[in-house]
Amino acid sequence: METRVNLKSIYVPSENVVAREVQGEFIIIPITSGVGDLEDEIFTLNETGRAIWNRLDGKKTLQGVVKDLEAEFVAGQGQIEKDVLGITEELLKRGMLVETQRS
Amino acid sequence: MARFMITEPYLIKQNISKASLWKDLKPLLGRLDIELTERCNNNCVHCCINLSRDDSEAKKKELSTDEIKEILKEAVSLGCLSVRFTGGEPLLREDFEELYIFARKSGLKVLVFTNATLITPQLAGLFSRIPPLEKIEVTVYGMKKSSYEAATRTPHSFEAFWRGVSLLLERKIPFVVKGALLPSNKNEIEEFESWAASIPWMDRPPSYSMFFDLRCRRDGKKNDLIRKIRLSAEEGLKILNRREDNYIKQMKEFCSNFMRPPGEKIFSCGAGCGGGCVDAYGYFQPCMMLRHPDCVYELKNGSLKDALEDFFPKMREIKAKNPDYLNRCAKCFLKGLCEQCPAKSWEEHGTLDTPVEYLCEVAHVQARFLGLIKDNEKAWEVENWRQRIDEFTKGGNNGNQG
Repeated sequence: METRVNLKSIYVPSENVVAREVQGEFIIIPITSGVGDLEDEIFTLNETGRAIWNRLDGKKTLQGVVKDLEAEFVAGQGQIEKDVLGITEELLKRGMLVETQRS
Repeated sequence: MARFMITEPYLIKQNISKASLWKDLKPLLGRLDIELTERCNNNCVHCCINLSRDDSEAKKKELSTDEIKEILKEAVSLGCLSVRFTGGEPLLREDFEELYIFARKSGLKVLVFTNATLITPQLAGLFSRIPPLEKIEVTVYGMKKSSYEAATRTPHSFEAFWRGVSLLLERKIPFVVKGALLPSNKNEIEEFESWAASIPWMDRPPSYSMFFDLRCRRDGKKNDLIRKIRLSAEEGLKILNRREDNYIKQMKEFCSNFMRPPGEKIFSCGAGCGGGCVDAYGYFQPCMMLRHPDCVYELKNGSLKDALEDFFPKMREIKAKNPDYLNRCAKCFLKGLCEQCPAKSWEEHGTLDTPVEYLCEVAHVQARFLGLIKDNEKAWEVENWRQRIDEFTKGGNNGNQG
């Protein structure tokens, strides 16, 4: 599948979802139709997914998010970039993120 | 420095209706019921709560939009993921759409209990654009105009119901139906179930209410009528057992898990643990039915948190004092099969610990049929109740159907 994600772009959580942290679980709850596949579906992100989500603040480019994470986490070469691109792709596909700006 | 541990799939789908999201600790509040109003546009013969749609006194006392929003905000802060809007008829509230959108945008799933008669194209559009994330639950009072309106006592309610349900179907808004078994419609079960099976979101046969509650405000207005129309224990058994193999199988599973004498503590259910019901006027009840003054908490002078952490746990320690209850219900292993509870005792007798003869009879008739007790035996007199349950659930005992 052709990726729409660009490391120079800036992304922000969409108004189609609400993210909540409950009892240590990071939950993404669809607000509008078309985000989940079923009528009663919600989503969770693991700890690192949460770290990425929290950096998608509408100010940093995706490259900036990768740099932030590389300063904070140990990972194999290129792993963080690959995962940031991967999760951003999936969140975009589900309408959970929107691109605000491409620098 | 922490290791970057992400693995695909990045995003995990969860269906919290089917599995718990919580590994260890559950949130203080998992689910909240809010009775938006006690008023209803129908006037059902069997209803334990409804007031007239135009009851201005009741309307004046109801929580305001802002008060309900504050309650929802606190619920979210306590970890609540799902709110049920019920009534009366919740769609009667003029601010229903505003409250619904507020709840959904706060990250809550919304379960709506409705008679569907007030569903408009605009509301169906809203449910389609912002789905509730819970199947709407629609109660059906009959499959024909005559039977439906004999129950609702409201002209044109049958047409309004079909209009509402048709909108849900057209817009593909997930909903399920459930029935209230009444003298006017009890011969329509097959027709109802056949239609229910055609609804795309029905994944099991519809449930029924039939052992109706008396008025839960104890206003006495129509208790005689409710007593007259609720099914007898024998009639109820016939309905429950109409798919015999299925009933026996379900009861074996149920009995092996839930039946035992409750002892002197009157709360053996989960009322007030991780949930509760806010009534139309701002009182927090441990469950939807229990309105005894000793068991409700006034939210205007407190908080959901305080009720859940302090008020309800203390309430749950209440022990029975009524000798009749202590000699019967406290020792009865049919608890579980029997619906006796503080709420039913409140509705029927105005106390928390008085045996309800009707429910006792319903449970004994079923237990006799299942072979758990003998003719003329009272379940609280049975000493070898564990053995009886074992014989029924593990052995070849399939009850006294013959």
